[in-house]
Amino acid sequence: MERELEFEKPIAEMEKAIEKLKALAVDNKGDFFNQIAELERKCEERKEEIYDTLTPWQTVQVARHPRRPVLYDYISMIFTSFVELHGDRCYGDDHAMVGGFATLGTQKVMLIGHSKGKNVDENVKRNFGMARPEGYRKAIRLMRLAEKFNLPVVTFIDTAGAFPGLDAEERGQAEAIARNLTEMAKLEIPVVAIVTGEGGSGGALGIGVADVVLMLSNAVYSVISPEGCASILWRDAAYASNAAESLKITAKSLLSLGVIDEIIKEPAGGAHNNPAAAAEAVKAAILKHLKKLTTLSGQKLTARRFEKFSSMGKFTK
Amino acid sequence: MPWFIKTKSEREAKKKLKDDIWIQCQSCGAHVFRQDFTNNLNVCPKCDWHGKLTAYERIGMILDSGTFKEMFETIRPCDPLQFVDGKGPYSEKVETARAKTKLNESIVTGSGKINGLNVVMGVMDFRFLGGSLGSGTGEKILQAANYAYDNRVPCIIFSASGGARMHEGILSLMQMAKTCAGVARLDERKIPFISVLTDPTTGGVSASYAMVGDVNLAEPGALIGFAGRRVIEQTIKQKLPEDFQTAEFVKEHGFVDKIVHRKDLKETLFTILSYYNR
Ligand SMILES: [Zn+2]
Repeated sequence: MERELEFEKPIAEMEKAIEKLKALAVDNKGDFFNQIAELERKCEERKEEIYDTLTPWQTVQVARHPRRPVLYDYISMIFTSFVELHGDRCYGDDHAMVGGFATLGTQKVMLIGHSKGKNVDENVKRNFGMARPEGYRKAIRLMRLAEKFNLPVVTFIDTAGAFPGLDAEERGQAEAIARNLTEMAKLEIPVVAIVTGEGGSGGALGIGVADVVLMLSNAVYSVISPEGCASILWRDAAYASNAAESLKITAKSLLSLGVIDEIIKEPAGGAHNNPAAAAEAVKAAILKHLKKLTTLSGQKLTARRFEKFSSMGKFTK
Repeated sequence: MPWFIKTKSEREAKKKLKDDIWIQCQSCGAHVFRQDFTNNLNVCPKCDWHGKLTAYERIGMILDSGTFKEMFETIRPCDPLQFVDGKGPYSEKVETARAKTKLNESIVTGSGKINGLNVVMGVMDFRFLGGSLGSGTGEKILQAANYAYDNRVPCIIFSASGGARMHEGILSLMQMAKTCAGVARLDERKIPFISVLTDPTTGGVSASYAMVGDVNLAEPGALIGFAGRRVIEQTIKQKLPEDFQTAEFVKEHGFVDKIVHRKDLKETLFTILSYYNR
């Protein structure tokens, strides 16, 4: 394995030891079965232990892990007959935002999500999952299409943020996100959003105004990156771990603040250690919520969504 | 003590006196009588630079005298995250801001009349934590929109904000969705929503209610944009044009309808609303 995070090193070492024993077992035909089983059990325990006690800043590292499953992994693992649809009909096609018809089990949906890559070429093509206005405009176009076709919308959120570039500003990044927030509030179809990795600020929320918002247990969702917050409020990006702590960006915190509806538990060692299990958990959670949401009328859905977002925030009267 | 060395308090007293009488234009650098600047609606008489206004100054300028009825004025921040940064707790910053501005939140909301037309209005005040969008701000905007929805009166929001309020974390981000859900409902009843973007309107405020007016107006020279100039320069590693993210730049790219000089703002709002034929 490569590119381990600091706190994952004990796991990596145990896994190496297991591999060695397995190799010995094959070469010497010796009986290491019990030893291997014991080590594997210990390794799983250690994984659980480490991942149950991650600090918010460590969680950020997991959420950004280079091997963490990205949208196209989920598409290949749990969706079938994906028909990708391109373009915003105004300017272009943004590869940082992907969408199209897809089937989950037997449930037909409109799937939309930020698309990060896992290698340099993919990331250059997909701008590291940071969408431009045309990405957000494609997303809302496809949501309206879903409304016409009477299909629920499922969005996968995984972005460091909307792209901060000259071209993005010229083409109205602010307007594109604002328009999505306004139009998503009106959609008369069910919308389920899942924060799978990084939920970066307005760029995440731009496809996140949903009836049900789910979050993987090691995902983060924040108004600003911990580094950005630290450089403004601590005047030093090195305080990112303090900022991560203060901002309350983990799934647990967000659940208690009423911002998300449910945490999808990742397999031991994080989604990148067992993408298939993570994907199955995501699939089960989406289907469970869609089963309920698809029984509601369009008007009921918009009324509920309005109530949901109306109640967000805490203040003194 | 030699005559030319003044004590610190003497210097400060003299500087204060000077600041009371004179003001330096942030754009052309001219020294202008404070009285002339104030009489000119905080606009530089030499170069037309639009300085900031307090929420009540703005309200006095736009609404017919004596018609403003403030609403939701008791709403104020509660420090939901118990947020502490490098400079101390958020709750202390809030108290300092409240004491300094005599405001409870970064926006003042209420109803009133423009040349006799009923409106509900929200006016952000940059002095209160940089006009940042906190939970209380979002609630007041939602309530203003709901008032417009219930009473079928046009809604006008004046923005002046650096964006989301980091000290309220994700709850601050959610105010973008909350406020947009509020103004989105006005479409259902065909109630006008006019957004006036003043200096500055950036970040999460530009990326929510401020940009989705049925009509977007802006004041000359106002900073309007999504990402900060420095962040963009670091990302794309190139210098940005001088007029980048000005009201004029944003209008040129099609995102505001009209740039209106402050002295014409009330009449422009009235004229637009007088076309509302329902
Ligand atoms: Zn001037």
